[in-house]
Amino acid sequence: MTDETRAVEHPEVPTLFDVQEMELNFGPQHPSTHGVLRLVLKVDGEKILEVKPDVGYLHRGTEKLFETETYPMGIPHTDRMDYVAAATNNHAFCLTIEKLLGVEVPRRAQLIRVILDELQRLSSHLVWLGTSGLDLGAVTPFWYAFREREQILDFFEEYCGARLTLNCMRIGGLPFDLTPGWVERVAEFVDDLPARIDEYEQLLTDNRIWKKRTVGIGVISGEECIERGLTGPLLRASGVEWDLRRAQPYECYDELDFAIPTRVNGDTYDRYIVRVQEMRQSARILRQCIERIEPGDIRGKVPRVIKPPAEEVYASVESPKGELGFYCVSNGTNRPYRMHCRPPSFINLQALPRLAKGHLLSDLVALIGTVDIVLGEVDR
Amino acid sequence: MAEEKAPPPPAAPAAGGDAKPREAAPQKLEATDASGHPWVKSLSSGVPEAVVSAKEFARQVTVVVKREKVAEVARYLKEKEDFRYCVDVTAVDWKKREPRFDVVYHFYSFSKNDRIRVKCTAADGEEVPSITSVYLAADWSERETWDMFGIRFAGHPDLRRILTWEGFNGHPLRKDFPLEGIDTGAAIYPEEWPEGAGPGPNDPNRKVVS
Repeated sequence: MTDETRAVEHPEVPTLFDVQEMELNFGPQHPSTHGVLRLVLKVDGEKILEVKPDVGYLHRGTEKLFETETYPMGIPHTDRMDYVAAATNNHAFCLTIEKLLGVEVPRRAQLIRVILDELQRLSSHLVWLGTSGLDLGAVTPFWYAFREREQILDFFEEYCGARLTLNCMRIGGLPFDLTPGWVERVAEFVDDLPARIDEYEQLLTDNRIWKKRTVGIGVISGEECIERGLTGPLLRASGVEWDLRRAQPYECYDELDFAIPTRVNGDTYDRYIVRVQEMRQSARILRQCIERIEPGDIRGKVPRVIKPPAEEVYASVESPKGELGFYCVSNGTNRPYRMHCRPPSFINLQALPRLAKGHLLSDLVALIGTVDIVLGEVDR
Repeated sequence: MAEEKAPPPPAAPAAGGDAKPREAAPQKLEATDASGHPWVKSLSSGVPEAVVSAKEFARQVTVVVKREKVAEVARYLKEKEDFRYCVDVTAVDWKKREPRFDVVYHFYSFSKNDRIRVKCTAADGEEVPSITSVYLAADWSERETWDMFGIRFAGHPDLRRILTWEGFNGHPLRKDFPLEGIDTGAAIYPEEWPEGAGPGPNDPNRKVVS
């Protein structure tokens, strides 16, 4: 029976509130999907009944490319996976091969790597802060966040010549030493940073509209996060204090003093708070690294041609998005036999249907933002 | 092709006298038998006849198990050994070996703060039991493995392709899949190949990565 005929037969029964399922395409070309993500939604009015993500629009066969090139040639490809956090990608890749080779990275290189990582974490979180604010109509934080991000990109540019696709690490160390005055400039920036973060917080943390849009949206428990393999700020916002920098420290993270911010509610607001707190911790780590930095080698003893033993190894780092790991299978030649990436965005995106179910369409935008995906990494 | 980019520079020259040379630099890493490892022992008694072999390399334990026992092994590791977090599922194509594929799982335990790698072999066309009923996290990873390698997972609730599209012909991460890709119906390079004909098996442009 159509609504019209029923309206005629039973004029007293309203049809307005009947469930009217509709299938809706969200993306792939939608500004709030942060890339090319297509979601097939089943909605009843504004309410989301089901979300089916459709990924792969940016699939470039990175893992296949790794197999065709020598180990060092793989590093630039990793830049293009999570393109707002290239340094951590480089780091995870190099760490895996260093583990396979049993190479030790000199102390100076370790410290510089940590500095690059933390600058990258800051810049990635700043992109996240700016864009997810934009998604919810908060235009102002974007300008503040990108002001600082610009400075960080300038640091990267000065260090390695690139701003996004950094290619700033090598197996066993680093490609370049620091330019004169770089550390001092970073130190200056880090000293300013807490005040800058206060500015973002002033705009958002107690903002009534921001809270209305984020508190209680996409609640997920710590147990479920683990079950679904979620890592990074999502896991920590649900009360699980787990960070690879602390759990399985790499480089010199074990001697640095920093806290792992956690929250208990596991909603979008808590994930925002966790990320902002992480930025403060990054500033803390940066300051300690800058204090400790000393002259020395920047490359370990790595053979000219890298031919690891025919073994397999997995290594991971805490990227801004979560656990970023590489699984490398070597067959004793100068090219990896298989190089697999465990991308945090891909695994975290899996939880989007669960997070979005039952919420309103406009909250979906907040949720895509809060998962913090980068499609280059999802699709590889 | 390897020479396009300079290999990483050799160990930095001893600028100003290398004060403390790293002790014998890279220590030789070798895989050791890990059948005596407590987890492996526990696994072989908990799931009888599942463990085929075990080794340890760079302090990472790898257990090879029988294909049909994978889901049982995963459940045992999760419930009894507290490996609650499924990090990753992937595969390796050993083109010439029989059976052809390795399916590789990584699990992490928060209480042990350590990982375990579980592997099983699968011939072309053989189904591997899905572990999605044990770990929800394995859902997309298994779909990706199916998409990239053509390994089917029995019992997966929604085993569709994920990075390529339904109807894509072939599985890109197989070693015999050409690097340039295949003709997918759209004439992408009309000046090079006539419409409807990508690089055929005898085409010199078809490059297969060993």
